[in-house]
Amino acid sequence: MKYAIEAALPPPPNTVGVLGWMRRHLFNGPLNSVATLVIGFLAVYWLIPVVQWMLIDADWVGESREACTSGGACWVFISTRLDQFLYGFYPSGEYWRLNLSFIMLAILTAWLMLPNMPFKGWASFLTLVIYPIVTFYLLTGGAFDMPAVDTHLWGGFSLNLILAVIGIVAALPFGILLALGRRSEMPIVRSLSVVYIEIWRGVPLITVLFMASVMLPLFFPEDISFDKLLRAMIGIILFQSAYMAEVVRGGLQAIPKGQYEAADALGLSYWKKMIMIILPQALKMMIPGIVNTFIALFKDTSLVVIIGLFDLLAIVQAASNDPDWIGYATEGYIFIALMFWIFCFGMSRYSQHLERLLHTGHGGRN
Amino acid sequence: MMKKALATAIVMSTAISGLAAAEGTLEAVKARGVLHCGVTSGVPGFSVPDEQGNWKGLDVDVCRSVAAATLGDATKVKYIPLTAKERFTALQSGEIDVLSRVTTWTQTRDTQLGLNFTGVTYYDGQGFLVKKDLGLTSVKELDGATVCVQSGTTTELNLSDYFRANGITFTPVVFDTNEQAASSFDTGRCDSFTTDLSQAYGLRTRMSDPDAVVALPEVISKEPLGPVVRQGDDQWFNIVKWSLFAMLNAEELGVTSANADEMKSSENPNIKRLLGVDGPKGKGLDIADDWSYQIIKQVGNYAESFDRNVGKDSALKIDRGINALWNQGGFQYAPPMR
Repeated sequence: MKYAIEAALPPPPNTVGVLGWMRRHLFNGPLNSVATLVIGFLAVYWLIPVVQWMLIDADWVGESREACTSGGACWVFISTRLDQFLYGFYPSGEYWRLNLSFIMLAILTAWLMLPNMPFKGWASFLTLVIYPIVTFYLLTGGAFDMPAVDTHLWGGFSLNLILAVIGIVAALPFGILLALGRRSEMPIVRSLSVVYIEIWRGVPLITVLFMASVMLPLFFPEDISFDKLLRAMIGIILFQSAYMAEVVRGGLQAIPKGQYEAADALGLSYWKKMIMIILPQALKMMIPGIVNTFIALFKDTSLVVIIGLFDLLAIVQAASNDPDWIGYATEGYIFIALMFWIFCFGMSRYSQHLERLLHTGHGGRN
Repeated sequence: MMKKALATAIVMSTAISGLAAAEGTLEAVKARGVLHCGVTSGVPGFSVPDEQGNWKGLDVDVCRSVAAATLGDATKVKYIPLTAKERFTALQSGEIDVLSRVTTWTQTRDTQLGLNFTGVTYYDGQGFLVKKDLGLTSVKELDGATVCVQSGTTTELNLSDYFRANGITFTPVVFDTNEQAASSFDTGRCDSFTTDLSQAYGLRTRMSDPDAVVALPEVISKEPLGPVVRQGDDQWFNIVKWSLFAMLNAEELGVTSANADEMKSSENPNIKRLLGVDGPKGKGLDIADDWSYQIIKQVGNYAESFDRNVGKDSALKIDRGINALWNQGGFQYAPPMR
């Protein structure tokens, strides 16, 4: 007698495929079925007009508002002013300078963040020391045959990026020092750090910006006037370093006590202990936190609209006040939201990726 | 104690600003080679950047005319966009030389802030938009009407004050923003829409049939908008003041940017004095003798500026109305140049 294993029967048809998936996830009970139907109906009910307005009825090509006749969204408003929305009033012949600095930043960031890249020490030196200097000359000009571009011409989405990048890069060293200060055993250093951090964390950024733009100039004599962008930037850095300090402190506290003790046992000085043992481990753990802070700051940069700097939000608002374009603010705001969403979503995905990548040994196996 | 310290600080800062003002804004502007002018960050027709990033508007033309008068070049202006809250600080702290930012001339602002208003570039005020087909000719006929208005503003207050004072009944329909109020008026939710006229005309361009909407003749509040300078620098005050007067006189005498050159050889003594061929020229203002010619040539007269920015050649199509010259039924009047 020959034995053969009977081929397995196929699963019941209502448990596989699209039907099975829907049964399991959408209609697995009366309550869920009703919920699915109601939500599905609402989604379709709201989405159809939105899609109709945004895509189907929309006007895409043209030069002026005369091109917007279909009754849908008027994307011509965005396309005619796209350069302005991205670069502000930066002279159009000099856009390459902004582009170049952002491309350099992207390359350096990728170099630092991708695993298995050589010369990371050099890359971080380039990013933190050389890059800011090069960018400063690139953006302000006035040297190497590049015409000077006054900061009041900076604007658009590039201004948001500049403010956020400078804010985070400059706040990081201050944040590390403040965090170390807060955990220090020296009472004066510790209380100063605590006071600084708690004061700045207890104040909304909008207040800081107001102080920087409205109050600060009154404290200086009349012929000394600080650049408005510089004032805003200093405000953002001071504010951000307090937040950064708390992120760093979180990282420091996550390092097991044994690491500190081992470093002490080796006879390392405080700074050697921090620089060689603690910070490299802590910084690795802080990266998702830093990226989160960066995303928050990036979105906060649009607050400079209240001090009259032309970031993306302000420049779109100004454009929708052009007598020739009054009434297309909705399209403008959608464009702003989309730009911010693309960048923030990209960054948050990236930080999740990093988190998985760097999860080496703390808090058990994952 | 706190109060005393604050008072000292204010006295100190006034003393410092007094000192700095003594140096003279004109010298500072000449040395810098560029005029710092405070504008809005976008009000239709008054100051707004166009597609190329050039600033345009009635307020912007004030900056340009002052630059033309003092530096001989209307393009030598650095526009500094300011929010409503920042504007006076920016002027007090010397960040800007002239504030030309839809600023209403009031007693408090003129007397308590250490600032001076140099004139009125635009007589604004709260008005009413209605549909043409209603055939209304006066606000008095709005008895029992519904009026769309932005909530929590002086506009709302003025509205109820005016209607109560005139014994007219009305139903206000309030909205968070002017845009919502305007579009509700457009769709027929109310019989009338009220706000400052300069804004009302801007919102009208977005309505389904702008030509079917008219403004009633009554203007129920006074909002004279004008340029502002720091107090204590009379020379600079005079320059900004007379820059506007030159534009108004040019309109009155029919001198435009197009005919300024041929008008130089005009026999009319008033035109001769206006263009600096004769008369006081730049004396007393300490600027170039052809200052007024430069303004008219590069910026134009008041009518040109008005028409191109807010009037019939713009999208706003605001009536000259009370902003017409004094001899054409309006308020705009400039002292003679002689």
